[in-house]
Amino acid sequence: MIETLIGIIGATLRISTPLVFASLGEVITERAGMLNLSIEGTMYTGAFVGITVAAQTGSLTTGLIAAIIAGAIVGCVMGFLVVTLGVNQHVAGLGLTLLLISASNTANRILFTNKDGMVRVDPWKPFDFAGPIFSQYWLTYAAFLILAPALWWLLWRSGIGIRIRAVGENPESADVAGISVARTRYFALALGGALMAAGGAFITLAFLGSFTINIINGRGWVAIALVIFGRWGIWRTVSGALLFALVSATQQQLRLVPALSHLPFEILLALPYLAVIAGLAITGRNVPYPGAYLKPYRRL
Amino acid sequence: MSTADVVTGNSVATSAVSLSGLRKVYGDVVAVAKVDLEVRTGEIHALLGENGAGKTTLMRLLYGLAKPDAGSISIDGTQIAITSPKVARAAGIGMVTQHFSLVKTMTVTENLVLQDAGFFSLDLAGARKKLLTLCEEIGLEIDPDARIDSLPVAMQQRVEILKALAGGCKVLILDEPTAVLGPQDVDSLLDVIRRLRDTIGLSVILITHKMHEISKVADRVSVLRRGEIVATENANGMSIASLTSLMVEGVQQEVVEEGIRSSHGASVLEIKDLTVHLRGHDVISDLSLEVRRGEIVGIAGVSGNGQSELVQALSGVFAHQTGEISVDGKVVKGGSPAAFAQAGFGRLGEDRHASAVSALTVEENLILDRLHFFSKPGLLLKRKIRKFAEESITNFAIKAKPDQAIGTLSGGNMQKVLLARLFGERPLAAVVSQPTRGLDVVSTGYVRQLLMIERNAGVGILLVSEDLDEILELSDRVLVIFKGKIVGEVARNEFDRVAIGAMMAGV
Repeated sequence: MIETLIGIIGATLRISTPLVFASLGEVITERAGMLNLSIEGTMYTGAFVGITVAAQTGSLTTGLIAAIIAGAIVGCVMGFLVVTLGVNQHVAGLGLTLLLISASNTANRILFTNKDGMVRVDPWKPFDFAGPIFSQYWLTYAAFLILAPALWWLLWRSGIGIRIRAVGENPESADVAGISVARTRYFALALGGALMAAGGAFITLAFLGSFTINIINGRGWVAIALVIFGRWGIWRTVSGALLFALVSATQQQLRLVPALSHLPFEILLALPYLAVIAGLAITGRNVPYPGAYLKPYRRL
Repeated sequence: MSTADVVTGNSVATSAVSLSGLRKVYGDVVAVAKVDLEVRTGEIHALLGENGAGKTTLMRLLYGLAKPDAGSISIDGTQIAITSPKVARAAGIGMVTQHFSLVKTMTVTENLVLQDAGFFSLDLAGARKKLLTLCEEIGLEIDPDARIDSLPVAMQQRVEILKALAGGCKVLILDEPTAVLGPQDVDSLLDVIRRLRDTIGLSVILITHKMHEISKVADRVSVLRRGEIVATENANGMSIASLTSLMVEGVQQEVVEEGIRSSHGASVLEIKDLTVHLRGHDVISDLSLEVRRGEIVGIAGVSGNGQSELVQALSGVFAHQTGEISVDGKVVKGGSPAAFAQAGFGRLGEDRHASAVSALTVEENLILDRLHFFSKPGLLLKRKIRKFAEESITNFAIKAKPDQAIGTLSGGNMQKVLLARLFGERPLAAVVSQPTRGLDVVSTGYVRQLLMIERNAGVGILLVSEDLDEILELSDRVLVIFKGKIVGEVARNEFDRVAIGAMMAGV
């Protein structure tokens, strides 16, 4: 029993890691007043670029860095669409996601069909220093111990953070205060995209060591829900990611319970998503959306 | 003596700002034709002009929010190109606009630090200390850690001024600063402006169209008409009459006739113990009032004391709304806008852009609330609609075609369309909210006259306005609202600005 519990907690941390990266990237973007629906596609991009570069160079770290750069580039493309051109954010984001998923899958097929149809690397190993709960990948430690506090500091205590919040809340005020709304939004999209891609790369470089179709499996959409659940706060969003991961880890264990074995496994698989919906239904009313959410900024 | 110096009497006054030949054209519209203006160091310079005279454009040019097509700007005698607000601030120009440019979800300190934040560096503690020192120096009080949306409007405006001063401002532009304030707050703002001039030698450009403010604080006045400065004179030598005629010369003003006040009849609108619970507290509590046939009852109050909610409650839209509303002696049941319309109650909302569907045409907007009357099942009766629209356009002097999108009309004409919709089929009672907000003198005069005509024809009108002058001009009785309660009632023959102002402030 204790072992099961420890297993669940350990798995929770693991499962939540890509969600923490992606949802915090989305927090930064949305705090600047933009909904970035390219998140799912950006995670695919990160997953694919990460493993491809890692396989070519033989260095997982190089792969991760390449994924991060690719994510930042996707963020800038999104910026060109929604900041420079003022395209509808839903359309731009969904369009990019569709494009990037297909592009990743296509590139994967063309590049790697001649062998066994799959690129493989030797992934990062968890390192164990205090029992199975803390037998985790270094990126998991980085997500909780470095990334989250650093982003909190960035958002609430740094110059760029106050600018991000200002352009997301009231771009007119920010403009009058001499802040470049466009540059700040590009920055937020690039940083957010980099984080989303890092979340995607975690899956290929740490979890699996390979890239498959449907590898992200809606984690980007979950991250969007987590941001709303987290009310655009760093810690609440991280808590949301942990909660979602906890339900995921629990259902994995439940599948092993003999009494539940006659249930179609999809029902248990759906549990975390139902939890997201329930969580949003309970906490998602009267949420304080950033003031300039979804609004392109144009000077009069 | 440099060219920027100007001799006044026997002393030499230096010019803080001097504009010469400034021009700005938007498309076909000449917003600023050719402006020469000189603001001296340490003076309060009032800039007076009608809506559309170019005041705001002029200030946007000065603050780097728009680029001039011609002309030049000199600060302290040095000509500079003001290409952005940043450049303007560096040159010592600060601006407080009509819509505050504060980030509402941030604290006072955060708003102040916004303009000098580095890429990573952000000195919140230092900014907080600087703010407190500044406040002490000029004798203002403010809580540096309060969130902007928790502060009353007058305080938010102080934050704006402090923000400008903290940015090293030597010339402060105030764009219609008193439009959003109650009478008490107006006095203390004017007091602050004077104090800033006297203690730190601040130059102030005060954009306004309120004469009594000019006579209270301004040293000099410039009048702007159709994008040109038509006069600059010492404030104490000018009479209100001459200023007004300078301002509107050539602009035809419709005279408001008082008309005959009909004797009041039976009650047409009665509100009993209305309570509206919103965002965790009662925004209106136990409010009762009565409007009789043929009278205008004005609701005076500082904005945000429940006026908007009162108007909305009169279409029964709130979920947590209790109390009884009767029109013509019958309780309105059902709590829907349609039920109120059926009972003979009309409504002009505070925001005409929200009330009109801007993509629809004038005629479509005119019939929007009475579609059943202009349609057979599934079909609009085009000819009937057109006839009604043409009649409305004539009767209400609307400058528009029936098939023109309402969004393309000027504020005054849009308001007339909405008034035509309201009064076209004469209601028994109506609530009219901010009927002249943002309108020019001519349209304002028309709207006010129309309200009196309707009153004289027997409509009981509840008038909600933030413009106390408007309320005093039109109302037969004034009710003062404070924190969602009626705190006083004054009959027309007892009107007293100071007493009403005190009640509005909750004194």
